[in-house]
Amino acid sequence: MSTASSARAADLRAGDPKSSAPASASAKKAGAVASWVDERTGIAKGASFMLKKVFPDHWSFMLGEVAMYSMIICLLTGVFLSLWFIPSAGQIPYEGSYLPLKGITMSEAYSSTLGISFDVRGGLLIRQIHHWAALMFVVSLSVHMFRVFFTGAFRKPREINWVIGTMLSMLALIEGFAGYSLPDDLLSGTGLRAAEGFIRSVPIVGSYVSYMMFGGAFPGEAIIPRLYAVHVLLLPAVLIGLFTAHIILVMVHKHTQYSGPGRTNENVVGFPLMPVYTAKAGGFFFLVFGLLSLISALVTINPIWAYGPYDPSPVTAGSQPDWYMGFADGALRLLPGWLEFELFGFTLSLNVFLGAVLLIPVMYTITGAYPFLERWITGDNREHHILDRPRNVPTRTALGVAAITSYLVLMFAAGNDIIAIRLQMSINDITRAFQVLFFVAPILTFWVSRRICLSLQRHDRDKVLHGRESGTLVRTPDGQYYEVHEELNEFDRWKLVGFESPAPLALPSGKDANGVASKDAKKELRRAKWSKFFFTSRVEPVTPAELAAAHHHGEHEAIETPAGAGAHAIKQAKHD
Amino acid sequence: MSDPRLPATFENPGLPPHVHRAADTDPRAAKRAERQVASLFTLSILSTIGFVVSYFAVKSDTEAFIPFIGTTNLLNVLLGVFLALALLGIGFGAVHWAKTLMPDEEVVEERHPIRSDDETRAKAVGLLEAGAESAQLNRRPLLKATAGTALGLFALPLGVQLAGSLGNPTKALDELKSTIWDVKDGKPIRLVRDVERTPIKAADVSIGAVFHVLPETIKESHHVLEDKAKAAVLLMRLHPNDFAADDLGKKAKSWGYEGIVAYSKICTHVGCPVGLYEQQTHHLLCPCHQSTFDVTRDCEVIFGPAKRPLPQLKITVDAEGYLVAPQGFAEPVGPSYWERKK
Repeated sequence: MSTASSARAADLRAGDPKSSAPASASAKKAGAVASWVDERTGIAKGASFMLKKVFPDHWSFMLGEVAMYSMIICLLTGVFLSLWFIPSAGQIPYEGSYLPLKGITMSEAYSSTLGISFDVRGGLLIRQIHHWAALMFVVSLSVHMFRVFFTGAFRKPREINWVIGTMLSMLALIEGFAGYSLPDDLLSGTGLRAAEGFIRSVPIVGSYVSYMMFGGAFPGEAIIPRLYAVHVLLLPAVLIGLFTAHIILVMVHKHTQYSGPGRTNENVVGFPLMPVYTAKAGGFFFLVFGLLSLISALVTINPIWAYGPYDPSPVTAGSQPDWYMGFADGALRLLPGWLEFELFGFTLSLNVFLGAVLLIPVMYTITGAYPFLERWITGDNREHHILDRPRNVPTRTALGVAAITSYLVLMFAAGNDIIAIRLQMSINDITRAFQVLFFVAPILTFWVSRRICLSLQRHDRDKVLHGRESGTLVRTPDGQYYEVHEELNEFDRWKLVGFESPAPLALPSGKDANGVASKDAKKELRRAKWSKFFFTSRVEPVTPAELAAAHHHGEHEAIETPAGAGAHAIKQAKHD
Repeated sequence: MSDPRLPATFENPGLPPHVHRAADTDPRAAKRAERQVASLFTLSILSTIGFVVSYFAVKSDTEAFIPFIGTTNLLNVLLGVFLALALLGIGFGAVHWAKTLMPDEEVVEERHPIRSDDETRAKAVGLLEAGAESAQLNRRPLLKATAGTALGLFALPLGVQLAGSLGNPTKALDELKSTIWDVKDGKPIRLVRDVERTPIKAADVSIGAVFHVLPETIKESHHVLEDKAKAAVLLMRLHPNDFAADDLGKKAKSWGYEGIVAYSKICTHVGCPVGLYEQQTHHLLCPCHQSTFDVTRDCEVIFGPAKRPLPQLKITVDAEGYLVAPQGFAEPVGPSYWERKK
């Protein structure tokens, strides 16, 4: 059945819809519809290009898919929510069915969010799916970025897509913040209160910008409808636009693939969109949606009814933003107060400005610039479609780990009060420790992860040269024990030797050909120094000559397995 | 040592031989896979029915106990679980179908360099140049200059409209400085309890007590939340000996009344309410970023990211023994801003 229909689809692609008579009435109808559409759009050309497009298979390629689907689920559930949510800060007495808040004065935004949670049948489910999907969106796109970074998928020709992804990531944070600020509950209102403080810290224009954004004094009645417009219209439009460009570029570039037998820089090995990836990726959408529904059915998220309406005076202990804003909040907790000072009678609050306003754009600028920095260091101008194993580029991997470490230190710092309570420790000590860790931990993790990469590479070399431990212990007549090592077959071996390990650029003198120190020559010197930093610690893949030498060395004492089994036993004395 | 006939690096061995799955060779395995996929789709169908039935049959306020989760809303759980199963049935069915019955032999697609060939590039450049030439772009500098200027400026009206109408920033500096504690007619303003809005007798404030306080003027306010966001005050009574002996402690005590002191509740860091009072140590702690203020030393910052002390509200009592503020705050309350000192 499926082969018959795909054969017909192939015919249709060939532009000859009449050549094969459809077998059944329904197929005939489908063919007629396809023909009608194609005669008006010429879609068969594009369809034949798309349907046979090949995607390589790997679990890590699904991370971006999770992000894409979470975003779609957010859009879908967001439309539902917009039907009941009232984006107004106008104060009204609550008349809904949640008794503890009956009669209390609150904004229409908060009241309608309570309505979605208690009076719209299934509204709570949609609200919780929306929130969980938003969290999943940020988590999955972050982990997707890690995958892209650590495998070097951002290299030429994909730098633009990396930059687009970086922007998507940053906008996702802002979109999330705008979203969870809308219900106007005590927690989110406290978040907005802090946000107003952040804006005020901007030098020169801060107080004016705050008054413009909030339409006057905080909190005012303007911010909720304005955030709503940003959340449901402006940012989704930008997100969808960038996301579309992201996907189109993936199509243009064709997906990267991991190194493996038969996989080269000039091909893509995998499964075609029709039928395998349609089923797998389409099915995966339902899996992500299903999982989010299950979580939303069982685990409460953001119980706004427990916080009460926003009021500038009360506050709850342990006030924290959603996790993805945690790192900025943590930075605020770590930045010392002496960073606020007077300058010619004006107040400059760097203790707030650095963490709350500058951190996010600076972090994303560095992230977005990374491919260009690495390209400058390596001088590598080739297209790369084969992914690196993270261990095979130790310095990049270590830089990534160091960056994630800094991020995590800040994120955990946002929980300093919770940690203090749970672990019965002094909040002052914890905060001081995080301040020190922010500078020390990235250096440590950089060094440790680079060492781990190098030793994993050496382990790979060892496996190629001496084979895999077979688990078979042999006792020789003279009482010696050894474990039989099985040589890798050529397919498994290729996975371990099919990579490049470039040597650092040779250090130039810093002078040009005439022995005169020039600007360009100095630049080259600087670049060579960076290249040294990047490439000095390295392990080269095993060469055929090295393998032959290892065999030669092993054969003196080896016990040969029967020829034809393909395994070459290599003896290694075991000392007990 | 090394054999000169060996290549310098290993060669890519090409695709490994394909291994068939059970369903490819055994019709019974294929039939079994088909049944599994169909069961998953059937689960989805049944769950969809379950969702619709629950939607109409379950009361929205029914509570249910779920092991490991606790007591929760039954309707939400049923709707969510049925929706999840309806979706997961489709998802697992489709993926299982793809993995067991659809072709699993990998396909190779060739890649081509992303860059266009030189001929195409030259053609594109030629078209651009010819277009610019035929539009007489370079021959008519007047058009070039005016078109460029017009394009550069066209977004200005939209920008002016937006920036000009978002909010009136000219009031910002005055409003950030003032609160509804500011005395207008020379009459001191009574301190009232937040929520109840009843005045507070000094005698009612025992040592160690803490009150959340607003000015009595809040009753006439037309912008309650905006006024409250600046005027919220925390009132505490310390034993007069608890104040530090230095100048800060003396100032704090002298601006208070018999050990009763009032401080702005709005944190000088980013404006959260400084809501946590440690009675034993006389420390005020902001729950947002843990700035800690020492009440015995005029709310100096002793820990955390805030720089400035909380502004003190000078208080005394009126003829009836109620606490009053004879003047507003001596400095702007809340987070710092550029012109704070101006």
